[in-house]
Amino acid sequence: MSLRIYAIAYLVFLYAPIALLPMFAFNDATIIAFPLSGFTTEWFNELLTTKALHNAVRNSLYIAVITALLSTTLGVCAARAGAMYNFPLKRGILGLVMLPLVLPEIIVAVSLLIVAVQILDMGLSNWTVIAAHVLICTPFCIAILNGAFQNLDPSMEEAAMDLGETRWSAFRLVTFPLVMPGIISSLLIAFTISLDEFIIAFFLTGANPTMPVYIWGLLRFPASLPVVMALGTILVALSVILLTIAEIFRRRGLARVGAKDKGGFL
Amino acid sequence: MWGKLTATETRRGLLMVSPPFIYAILMLAFPIGAIFLFSFWTQDFMTLDTTFTLQNYREIWEQPIFGALLQRSIFVSGCVTIVTVILAFPVAYFVSFHVKSERKSLWLFLITIPFWTSYLIRVFLWKVILGYNGVINSGLLGLGVIDEPLTFILYNVNAVIITLAHAFAPFAILPIFVALEKIDRALLEASQDLGESKLTTFFRVTLPLAMPGVVAAVLIVFIPTIGDYVTPELMGGAGGKLIANMIQTQFLALNNAPLGAALAIVAMVCVSAISLLFVFVNRRWLRGRS
Repeated sequence: MSLRIYAIAYLVFLYAPIALLPMFAFNDATIIAFPLSGFTTEWFNELLTTKALHNAVRNSLYIAVITALLSTTLGVCAARAGAMYNFPLKRGILGLVMLPLVLPEIIVAVSLLIVAVQILDMGLSNWTVIAAHVLICTPFCIAILNGAFQNLDPSMEEAAMDLGETRWSAFRLVTFPLVMPGIISSLLIAFTISLDEFIIAFFLTGANPTMPVYIWGLLRFPASLPVVMALGTILVALSVILLTIAEIFRRRGLARVGAKDKGGFL
Repeated sequence: MWGKLTATETRRGLLMVSPPFIYAILMLAFPIGAIFLFSFWTQDFMTLDTTFTLQNYREIWEQPIFGALLQRSIFVSGCVTIVTVILAFPVAYFVSFHVKSERKSLWLFLITIPFWTSYLIRVFLWKVILGYNGVINSGLLGLGVIDEPLTFILYNVNAVIITLAHAFAPFAILPIFVALEKIDRALLEASQDLGESKLTTFFRVTLPLAMPGVVAAVLIVFIPTIGDYVTPELMGGAGGKLIANMIQTQFLALNNAPLGAALAIVAMVCVSAISLLFVFVNRRWLRGRS
């Protein structure tokens, strides 16, 4: 019983900062502090009229969509190879692909910065951010897709091939529908990670900042903080919605291949 | 050509894994090799001198600021790891042993949500909570517990540790949870049938079997926290800056990429060495289990 109370207290600790967001987003004061003074939607209106923000959001969406597609594609390859085939150096190869999960993000950021600017001399753009985001999102995609692929019975594809399908059409008609929920879940997770990622984007962003980089710039100006709170409220709400959908699809995918839910994304 | 590539299962497997593998080689292994190479070069404002030299490493060794920052970074990461893992273990234990199996994934989902929401804004909100006229201070003042605002909780190392411990909490819970889930519940019954109490069963059966998860949690928190510069920048004040801030400054403000690269290499080597040592110390818990 006391464990349950502790666990609930822990959840409160986890959610405390996020719970403050909407309070200040609707608070009619320029200082982010208690006591609250009154209700206003002014900060949200200001979001609608800030041109620079719209550009940053558009940039981030572009980066996040491409990152989600590429990292999920790479994730499908790795998860399928890991679950269905045996090949030399399997652990080492998959280990390298999963490495960004534990690597300090600043290492990824500076190493790609050196390659892009000093070695390839190509300058920074949205594509340098995408390259790094695909790298760090792929391990998360693999972790989610592993759940879908590892519970798959390989004999189903073999049966389809025995009945005359090619290897590709067997995959497309048999395996693909079964892992589809996992793929959707992976797309949404990668999208969410990329949309929120700051540490790497700050190093690799070109002339057009991404949304987190834009927010970082705002944090220095006390006057713009209420607007940041409003933006944060929208972002958190969006993240929660996307993650909930991702979780629903992940569970549906497990149910489809008849696996027991062991819980969690990782 | 295609037929030959897909002739055996081994080749099909290699072909299948090659896109992510080649991507990781190009975007991870090769760039890390590049920083390593770079760390032996020097840069004077804009011109890069590519003669091999240990000058950057000598500078890191000789100037006390770098050693101090590195020491503080490792200390902060160590504290964050200890706090996170100790606070997380009971939660993982609760979800694994006391929550009905159909509700476990709901709990895990609730635990992971804050981890995925805008990191930058979450860190900033801690500033609002811990600040001079923040939530804690205005709350305690209002209740009459304190007469003037507490100042030891913002713009110092404590604030950095609290914020990072919050950010990495879910990372610590998940591996411990996975390890606890693998424990055969019959072992616990057997232990109690053989005369152990609930408490001794925990220490002699549950905890040793959960150690692989604890070790994984330690590594997955300790290693990435070294690379964070947002939290020390926003929460640390002058005395709470860490090695990642210095790396960032060398790259972006001072335009001394080779020194920054050498600092990144030194930080990575220190963290890897400590991690390997930790795994070595705990090897008896990890043996024979996957």
